[in-house]
Parts: sequence; C-alpha cells; structure tokens
Amino acid sequence: MELLGFPATQWLPFAFASLMGFSILLYVILDGYDLGVGILTPLAGSEEERDMMVASIGPFWDANETWLVLAVGLLLVAFPSAHGLILSTLYLPVFVMLVGLILRGVSFEFRVKARAKYKALWNNLFFIGSLMTSLSQGFMLGLYVMGLQFTPLTILFATLCALGLTMGYAFIGATWLIAKSEGALQVDAVAWARKSILGAAAGIGAISVATPLVSERLWNKWLSFPEALYLAPLPILSLMLLSILWRGLETHPRGEGVRAWIPFISALGLFTLAYIGLAYSFYPYVVPEKLTIFEAASAPESLLIILVGAMVVVPTILAYTILAYWVFRGKTRELRYD
Amino acid sequence: MMDALILSRIQFAANISFHILFPTITIALGWFLLFFKLRFQWTGDLKWMEAYRFWVKIFALSFAMGVVSGITMSFQFGTNWPGFMESVGNIAGPLLAYEVMTAFFLEAVFIGIMLFGFSRVPNWLHTTATFLVAFGTTMSTFWIIVLNSWMHTPQGFEMVDGVAFATNWWEIIFNPSMPYRLAHMLLASGLTVSFLIAGLAALRYILGDRKETVRSQIRAGLTFGALLIPIQIFAGDLHGLNTLEHQPAKVAAMEGNWETGPNTPLVLFGIPDEEARTNHFEVAIPNGASIILKHSPDGVVPGLNDFVAEDGTVLHPPVAPVFWSFRVMVGTGFAMLLLSWGSLAFLWRRADDGRRFAIRRLPKPLLWALVPMALSGWLATLAGWYTTEIGRQPWLVTGVLDTSAAVADVPAPMVLSTLIGYLAIYAALLFAYLSVVVYLTIKARHGEPLTELTPGSGAAVVDAITRDGGAGPRAIPAE
Repeated sequence: MELLGFPATQWLPFAFASLMGFSILLYVILDGYDLGVGILTPLAGSEEERDMMVASIGPFWDANETWLVLAVGLLLVAFPSAHGLILSTLYLPVFVMLVGLILRGVSFEFRVKARAKYKALWNNLFFIGSLMTSLSQGFMLGLYVMGLQFTPLTILFATLCALGLTMGYAFIGATWLIAKSEGALQVDAVAWARKSILGAAAGIGAISVATPLVSERLWNKWLSFPEALYLAPLPILSLMLLSILWRGLETHPRGEGVRAWIPFISALGLFTLAYIGLAYSFYPYVVPEKLTIFEAASAPESLLIILVGAMVVVPTILAYTILAYWVFRGKTRELRYD
Repeated sequence: MMDALILSRIQFAANISFHILFPTITIALGWFLLFFKLRFQWTGDLKWMEAYRFWVKIFALSFAMGVVSGITMSFQFGTNWPGFMESVGNIAGPLLAYEVMTAFFLEAVFIGIMLFGFSRVPNWLHTTATFLVAFGTTMSTFWIIVLNSWMHTPQGFEMVDGVAFATNWWEIIFNPSMPYRLAHMLLASGLTVSFLIAGLAALRYILGDRKETVRSQIRAGLTFGALLIPIQIFAGDLHGLNTLEHQPAKVAAMEGNWETGPNTPLVLFGIPDEEARTNHFEVAIPNGASIILKHSPDGVVPGLNDFVAEDGTVLHPPVAPVFWSFRVMVGTGFAMLLLSWGSLAFLWRRADDGRRFAIRRLPKPLLWALVPMALSGWLATLAGWYTTEIGRQPWLVTGVLDTSAAVADVPAPMVLSTLIGYLAIYAALLFAYLSVVVYLTIKARHGEPLTELTPGSGAAVVDAITRDGGAGPRAIPAE
C-alpha cells in the first residue's frame, strides 16, 4: 500500500515514529509537571500547602502517565527489536524508574487514606518516588543521547542529564503551580520557578553542546551549511522563551486570569523546542547509530491495523482529556469525593 | 545459583500475581459502583450513596495499585522477555495497543471526574463517568484476555522465519478459548467483589455497625454471589471442555491422570509424583473424570504419559502445581456456593415483623465466615490463573514459542537483584493495602448515616437529584 508515492515500508514506520514522538512529548510535558510538583512537595510551607499541591495534580496524573504506557506500547508494537534492545540495555535505570512510579502512584492514595500518623511516611515516599522517576528518566535520556554506551564519560554525562531533567520537571511543575494556585503557595511557586529555571536551562544547554560532539553524523547534521541556518530558529526561540520566562517571573505573575498561565505555556514551548531538537538529531535512528525506524519496524499489516484505530481513538482521547482539564479548570480546590 | 530464565519467570509470575489482584477487584467494582449510584437515583435512598462513597475509596486505592503494577509489566516485556515481542509482536502488539487506546485512557481520564467531580459536574456526567470507568476496565479485560487466550490457542497467523504474521484478525481475536476465558474471568471478578462487599460489611456489622447501608451491602454481596457462582461453575466446566479439546496435556495435569483410557476415575486427592509417574495416597471416584469430561463412563480421557517424547523429554506442564491450584480454585468455588446459598436460605425465613432478608436472622457462624471469605475471590482467581498459565508450559505461545526462547540476555545476578527489590516492594504494598482497607472499614463504622446530600466543595449544585421532580427520585434536602 502506497501513500503519496511512498511504499508502506517507508511511510508506516515514519507515521509510527511520529505518533510515538508525539506521545513521548506529551508524556514529558504532562507527567513532567506532575512529577515536578512531586519533587517540590518537601518545600511546601505547611501541610495544607502540600495538600493543595497534590490536589492540583490529583485528577490528572493517571492520564498523564498513560502517555508513557502508550509511548512504550508503540515502541513495543511498532519497533519490537528496538524495544527489546533499549529496555534490556537500560535494565537497571528502568527498574529504578518503575519503583519510582510505583511508590508515587500509590502514595497519592495512601497519604490520604491511611491513618493520619502515617501521612508523613507516604509524603516522603511520594517525594522519593517522584525523584527516582525523574532522575532515572534523565539518566536514560543522557545514555540514549550518548548512543547507549556505558563508559565513565557517558555515565557522567547521563548523571548530569538526570539532574538537568529533574530540575526541568521541577521548573515546569512550579509554573503549573503558578497557574493553578493562589496566595502564599503561588508566591512560593514563583520562587521555585526562578531557581529551577537555571537548572533546566543548564540541562538543555549541556545536551545541546554535547549532541554534535557525540558523532560525526550529528556534527554534520547540526553544524554544516545550510542545515545550521534552517535550525537556527530552535536555539533562538529557546533563548527568547527563556528571557520571557526570566523577566516574567521577576514581575511575579499572580492572581487569576491568563497572565498566570504565561510561565507554564512558555515552559511548554521550551520543552517542545528542546524535544524537536532531539528528535531531529536521532531521526531516522530508533536505537542511536544502530537501528533505524525502517529496519526495526513491524510488519506493515500489523502497523496498519493499529494506525487505523489510532486515527479514530487518539483524537477522541485528546477530546476527553480536554474535557477533564475543563472540569477541573481554575484555581485548585481541595479534592473531595463528595 | 539459578539462571536468568527461572529468575525472570519468578519475577514475572510475582509481578503478574500481584497485579491481577487489583484488576480482579476494579473490573467488577466499577459496575457495582454504577449499581449503587443508580439504585440511589431510582430509590432516593441515601444508604446507596453511603455504599458508593465507601467503595469508591476502595476502588481508587485498588485502581492505583493496578495501574502501577501494570506499567511495570509492560516494561518487563522489554527488559526480560524481548523474544516474546520479536517472535509474536505482530499479533501481540496491535492487541496491546488497542488495550491502551480504548481502555487505559478512558479509565485514567474519567476516574478523575468520577472520584473528584461529584460536586463539579452535573449528576448525569458523574454517572456517565462512573459508567465509562467500568466500561474501560471491562474493555481492558477484553483485550488482555484476547491476547492471553491467543497465547493458549493461537490461530489466524503464519510463521515466516520464526516471526508470526497475522493472516486473519477475526480468527486471532475470536480464538477458540477466548469466549470461555473472558466469561470465566469476568465472573471471577464479579464473585471476588461480591464476597469482598459482603465480607467487609459483615465485619462492620460484627463490630456493631448496624446502619441500613451495612445491611444492604451484606444482602447485595450475598445475592450477587449466589447468582454468579452457579453461572461460574457452569462457565468453568465449559472452559474445561474447551481446554480438553485444545490443550489436553493441561487437563491431564489438572486431573492428575497419567494413562490415556476409558473409565478414568476423578482424583479428589492425591500427591502426584512425576518421577514415578503416578499419584500417591489417591482418593478417587470411579469413572468420575470420564463422566465429567466426556459425559460417559467409558469416555476416553487423555493421560500425561501421552505427552512424553521418544527420548524422554517431558512435553507436558509440571503436574503438581497445576493439580493443586486447580483443586484450590474448585474448592474455593464450592465454599462460595455453600456460603452464599446457605446464607440466603437463612435470610429467606421471615423475621418477627414478618419481613424477609433481615440480617439479624443470619446465624453468627455464617456472619463470621463471611469475613475471611472477603478474600476468597483473590484465592480462587490466583489459583485459577496458576492452573491455566503453568498448565501452558513449556510453551509461552502454544506450539509456537518456548518460554526459554523468549528470555532476555540479562545477567542472572542483575535479575536476582531486581527480583528481590520487586518482592520487597510488593510485600510492603500488599501489607499497606490490606491495612488501609481494614482501617477504612473500621473507620466507617464510626461515621454517621448520611442524612442529606450536600456538595462537598460547594461550587456546583447537585442538580437533577436534588430537584423535587414529581416523577423523579425522592427529593433530597438541598443546601
């Protein structure tokens, strides 16, 4: 089956790589902000403030995390050999991430349902789980950028990425809190955003500088003419967004209205730009320098049957996700079952 | 030192055993919540809303446990079993993808509205959200059972260079064991929740909580349990006959039958010995297995010795675990039958005021027996899954893929360390889960009965149900 003159073995892997890329981007942004809020919880000024922070993500976190399941699911179904190769190489960091996801996922429930005296324990586990998840994801990102090689240098770089992504998540989490909270918590969130933005910017900068140095292919992809010219908007827009954020956070966006959303939306833009840069670097590889999306793809018949479903289902998912954000719009209120 | 294969198998078995506990609750509990909500809307009786509010907490907790352990499994396909997807990924992939797309997002999005949206959205939307969460859990069951059944009774594909390619999706989805397995699992979930509801409500009753909602929950749990268990026994029998047709070695292991032949006895008890290829201390009903499996005393029933290759290689599953799991499952099922029908028989007798179904007519021993039976569904479900999954060995996909061919090339010590990590976490979480369920139950006994339905955070008004409509439900005092 052809599409626009491309055979199915060409366009289907590309379509699936795009769909998977879309899921990963949504995951990083959406679970990014709720992981970030989790990372920030120890900084809460009071138990009420902490409850409010958790309440701001309570109705959303589960759906946010499902984008990870979809992304891994797509990797599994569309690029099965890459899935096995990547995940068995990253065996231990994946384990750490899963333990983190388990701890924070159940802590949402346990911290409010267990006896009051255990709440502090579950609060701690919620924080630790969020931290383990984001550190391990950053570590895996770093190793992936380095071509999934374990050398002292790549491990050092991956460790830096772990810290960078964690700061990035804390940052987008803080901007989410600016939008969803008011009063003392909002003032705190502004302060947290101003600190974490530095870490996030350093992380993005480190990956940007390191990427062309990893291989000659990446050097040429980024720094030869005229590609460098076409790519120039990525760093330029990123720097613009950073300066908007920096100055916007200086003037303490407060209260109701759209203004409180500006930091979050700018953070979203920043994450998206960084992500596009990464996607550009790796295309067409799904396992860096080893396996392209065309080599790793499943049978076209199997991909087609998923794609048909995805064309119907993914827009529906987006529609009811928007419904959920609409239902829980406005400043966060206490979460209650009644 | 055990090798990576056996460690990975133990790790996956631990993971999936832990995981299945929670979907077994949430699949049916979602429908029970809808039942409670609709009963409230139809009768206006707040006891049903009390039931809803108590069980929605258990649902939320169980759901979170199911989600996190499920995510772990989806990653373990890649970390420990890459051969599975490399070999049958073209079949398993689309089925898993449809599960994520049609079920996971539906549940994940609407559970937020179901849990926290009561005072924010119109009542119809809250009821719809409750329905969609229940529907989502059932869809998820459907897809995963399709995949699991296909692994037991694969069809609709062809093998090219060791890789399966789909030829007929209809045959893949409606593979021979799928309808039976799906019915068996959905009924298992219904029974698990029926006895969980009856059991925890009985605990509250014993602790002195005589609220109307507690008594109604005992009645509802017992009634659904009594209705479902005969259907389950019937569905289980059909599933067994289906297995006999497609996986005779599994049935031979379940029955503990070594020699193929007519007039095969039904082994009630025995200790299977694979070395000696016989059962010790056997207690059996003559012709029993032939009658059950072939509906005739001289029906020929397959025996395990048929599944040993010329060179002595054993091609049937390990006998003892399958034999015992099967007996635990069936035994628990019959305990459910006795307890639910026995209790209903006592409840049927009129109380002093001439009314039937008064919980105080239930004899103490029966009431007490309900409490441990709260976990009977878990026991039966786990035993049932062990029967069918261990019964599939040595195959991962029957006739297509060996379990040993799918395992990852990860060093054994690494698998051992993660296995220990998972086991520790699962043990701790299971303890925490059970403690919190008991704590919530005990705490609920101090709660006052609901007298009016006031929206908690005050923004939206609970519309339809609070309005005094003539034909509608009884008016509830508004704020």
